[in-house]
Amino acid sequence: MIPGTFDYHRPTTVGSAVALLLQLGEEARPLAGGHSLIPLMKTRFATPEHLVDLSAIEALRGIVRTGDEIVIGAMTTQYELIQSALLTELLPIIRETAVLIADPQIRYKGTIGGNCANGDPGNDMPALMQCLGASYQLTGTDGIRDVAARDFYLGAYATALEPGEILTAIRIPVPATGHGYGYEKLKRKVGDYATAAAAVVITMSGGRCTSASIGLTNVSETPLWAEEAGAILTGSTLEVEAINRAVAAAEAITNPASDMRGPAEYRTKMAGIMLRRALERAVARATA
Amino acid sequence: MTKSHIKVTINGKAVEALVEPRTLLIHFLREQQSLTGAHIGCDTGHCGACTVDMDEMSVKSCMTFAIQADGASITTIEGVANPDGTLSALQEGFRMMHGLQCGFCTPGMILRAHRLLQENSNPTEDEIRHGISGNLCRCTGYVNIVKAIQYAAAKINGTPYLEAAE
Repeated sequence: MIPGTFDYHRPTTVGSAVALLLQLGEEARPLAGGHSLIPLMKTRFATPEHLVDLSAIEALRGIVRTGDEIVIGAMTTQYELIQSALLTELLPIIRETAVLIADPQIRYKGTIGGNCANGDPGNDMPALMQCLGASYQLTGTDGIRDVAARDFYLGAYATALEPGEILTAIRIPVPATGHGYGYEKLKRKVGDYATAAAAVVITMSGGRCTSASIGLTNVSETPLWAEEAGAILTGSTLEVEAINRAVAAAEAITNPASDMRGPAEYRTKMAGIMLRRALERAVARATA
Repeated sequence: MTKSHIKVTINGKAVEALVEPRTLLIHFLREQQSLTGAHIGCDTGHCGACTVDMDEMSVKSCMTFAIQADGASITTIEGVANPDGTLSALQEGFRMMHGLQCGFCTPGMILRAHRLLQENSNPTEDEIRHGISGNLCRCTGYVNIVKAIQYAAAKINGTPYLEAAE
């Protein structure tokens, strides 16, 4: 399969990339790892006239701690996330999620920015970013603005990105020391998109849950932040009744498609099961 | 269609070529460079038969444009054997442990296993199986592929290869 023709650009600065995208207009697409876009181009579901490859922009790479936040450059690959000692220490749920994305070859090329900005509801990072309260730094020719991951997703492949804007960095508040976490993903085979998946981060104190945040993957047109479910758990001792109510609240906001991964009712129930399992692991990992 | 000039190093040899931006790396290697070892299996990024090593990463060359490889160093199966022409440890492992039947997936498997062993010279069976999870084989059932990689790891490390009890 051979894609349609296009012109290729490889700018070395963010400024020149956004200027190019604005100038070239709707027929231009930014290229990150390319492992979502290039297959679409090969089947001609996507026929951009210009590709603006972001891979030569060094400023878009890297993982640093700035005060109480971790800042991840948008072109940081899944492989680099997995290898990061900083993330393993402070935000281990990112590694736990990244190793469940696709396969090793794709993780060398696939980027966190592409995964978050593409708007594919099957992607794993968006719900995790919502769970973690991350914010996305969007850069356009008019400057920089920040949009919360919880406000970024408008529909399948529809996001808050304006024409000419690219996602340049992701900022994640460092969770409390001793927090519990879990990402549970049901998939048909290694490398598949989720039938349903859940990200959970909690803090505990004296047997009581002091905070809980929950994200759900691939059970709606957008990733979901299960705000009410988290609120039900917060302040509880995570007794069975509270967990059952939280799971019911999470299931209630899902709206999955019936597709080759299963009927909608099944995927909703699996979202609940993934939440239970992720929570169980988060509790086991939480200290204090 | 305008062609672009790219410079790549393939199997240690500097290569300059003109490519259309839409030319996929696999087509560039097979059709312009006559390196037909990397195979087109699924053409959708699932099977891994097109895997080559690019700047110390295992890359699916059917999902990469040749122009993205401008400046990169690429190794294909044609560049894997020892300089004297004898089989590399991995090639020998696949031969000795019957790690192939039809052989279609083998170039991709070996290139992927090569990078895996570069990063982890003594992987467990579980690490091998996850490490090659982007490469499909429809013949072997993977058992002998895992053994082949264990054989190569032992040979590279200079330790005896002990086949796990059945």
